[in-house]
Amino acid sequence: MREHPLARVLLRGATGLVLAFLVAPMLAVVVLSFSPTELMVLPPRGFSLRWYEDFLTAGRWVLATRNSFVVAIATTLLATLLGTAAAIGLQLGRFRGKALLVTLLTLPMVTPYIVTAASMYFAYALVGLTGSLPGLVLGHTVVAVPFVVMAVLATLQTFDANLLRAAASLGAPPTAAILRVVVPNIWPGIAAGAVFAFATSLDEFVITLFLAGPGQFTLPRQMYASVREFLTPTILAAATLLFLCSLVFLLASESLRLRSARKTLP
Amino acid sequence: MRRTNWLAALLIAPLLLLILGSFVVPVGLTLFRAVADREVAAALPETSALLASWDGQGLPPEGAFAAVARELAAALEERRIGDLAQRMNFESTGLRTLLLRTARAGDRLRAPYADALVALDARWGQRDTWLMLQRASGPTTSLYLLRALDLTRTPDGTVTQVAVEEKLFRTLFLRTLWVSLLVTFLCLLLAYPVAYTIARLRAPWSSVALTLVLIPFWSSVLVRTTAWYVLLQREGPVNDALLGLGLLDAPAQILGTRIAVVVALVHVLLPFAILPMHSVMTRLDATYLRAAASLGANGVQRFLRVWLPLSLPGVAAGGAMVFLLAVGMYTAPALIGGDRDQMVTWFIANFMTRDVNWGMAAALSAYLLAMSGAVIALTRLLTGGAVQTGARA
Repeated sequence: MREHPLARVLLRGATGLVLAFLVAPMLAVVVLSFSPTELMVLPPRGFSLRWYEDFLTAGRWVLATRNSFVVAIATTLLATLLGTAAAIGLQLGRFRGKALLVTLLTLPMVTPYIVTAASMYFAYALVGLTGSLPGLVLGHTVVAVPFVVMAVLATLQTFDANLLRAAASLGAPPTAAILRVVVPNIWPGIAAGAVFAFATSLDEFVITLFLAGPGQFTLPRQMYASVREFLTPTILAAATLLFLCSLVFLLASESLRLRSARKTLP
Repeated sequence: MRRTNWLAALLIAPLLLLILGSFVVPVGLTLFRAVADREVAAALPETSALLASWDGQGLPPEGAFAAVARELAAALEERRIGDLAQRMNFESTGLRTLLLRTARAGDRLRAPYADALVALDARWGQRDTWLMLQRASGPTTSLYLLRALDLTRTPDGTVTQVAVEEKLFRTLFLRTLWVSLLVTFLCLLLAYPVAYTIARLRAPWSSVALTLVLIPFWSSVLVRTTAWYVLLQREGPVNDALLGLGLLDAPAQILGTRIAVVVALVHVLLPFAILPMHSVMTRLDATYLRAAASLGANGVQRFLRVWLPLSLPGVAAGGAMVFLLAVGMYTAPALIGGDRDQMVTWFIANFMTRDVNWGMAAALSAYLLAMSGAVIALTRLLTGGAVQTGARA
């Protein structure tokens, strides 16, 4: 089934332009971050790593990086644990209202982040969780965990429930059956959820803006503050490093997707 | 079976508790805060109680004058008058001064208080002042929800429009709606041919093209917004290019304009439109197209009567997702836009942090939630719930 040659040329041309529009701003940031001077002009007039050196030696950027990774790792662990357990529970259970429960657990995904953030701020202020690391991790977990639930539920669709019955008939207690039969079979889904959770936490800005204390700067918060203050290529170095992280997430998620796709092939 | 359900409940419970405690209850509290009215009853309990039994005719009894003088002085003394003053000032500008002046005069006032207060400030002799205090005694108020629509209540309770110079929020909601719809429309317009082309490309080109969509999808919203901030500067590459092409004579101020906000939002949200369309189109059954062709349909007919209708669920899902994310987007307009380009989200943040008017922040949040809820409900209705909305933002 072929399109008219002219239509095909037009479609491919339009697609190329849109894809260029999508990718070009990021490429520009990467190129400009190697600028030898404070001037951000294209094409660059030379090559220098001074802004990366600045990033790695400036206390506030190093601190923000550390904070970001501490929060992201804690969020990933918590979200993956709770999300995987809940998804397995949702798959195992035979009760009414399951669809409603899935909707409830994934509601933070479609709620405007600013509303979630403002609400958390009110509620956390009541119990003294604002401005604390646990508060920030809980906040990030709430918005990251729906992705884990969705990813694990999707993989569980391909899980053969007979394996669980076999484990039970061989005398395995339910916890052992889950840990030694279910989890090894669905780990690509769990890992994909974890990658999503990590990326969500690392990018998260609005909730951090409300919940973080005055000294709790994460990379996005530091970037936002720096851009508003004075734009230097150091910000672009930070942006490039975050961009590299997202490429790693993309690679990880795609290879996991391929792996689980291979599993489901007959 | 029963044991399995116990195990399932045990596995679901921790996450359910987290979501309830850290999301559902807090959002519920916010909705409650949009109508809660506690400041007056908390600072002036006795006055509130006395006013509750006042019939609203003439002026309240001497007891209410005495109570308000004493309780205002006490509230000032104990430094808890701020919330009250702000709440009443939001009801009617100028009441803050009246309350603070009365509180400071507290010790010097002598019975009969009705005369002493009116002598201090003639507004205590006006029925409207007392009606407003009576109405603000709680426990609930429609003040914030009305004000978020540029409406207010006169002291005797009729709903009217606020003064022209105070009008703000209807324009704000219309702007939010207009920018979000425009961004959604542009995203769908750009996304459809891309999704179509990628779905029909052969491997490995389809994967290459899809990767170019996934790269921005995975990278941080703030990184991409910062990129536009750099590109659109007065001395930035976009201005350079426009000058070089002869399209501009002098560098233009692009940052802080509506165009900049729309371009950045389209860039940030475009992958969320392409990906659902692409996933629907790759699963689209090509035998229908062959059937249409064998029945004599030409290319245009095949597209309009077969491909387009079959791909609409993807369009609906992508459009809903883009719209949801656009109305809720804070980062991009805040960084790229000027004061006149800000959306509801920016005002929520401002009421939270700068003005500390939590009632207004909550009321705007309630309307924003209603907008999002309506879009989700509409999408479910249109697609029969077949397409899951939801993605990383």
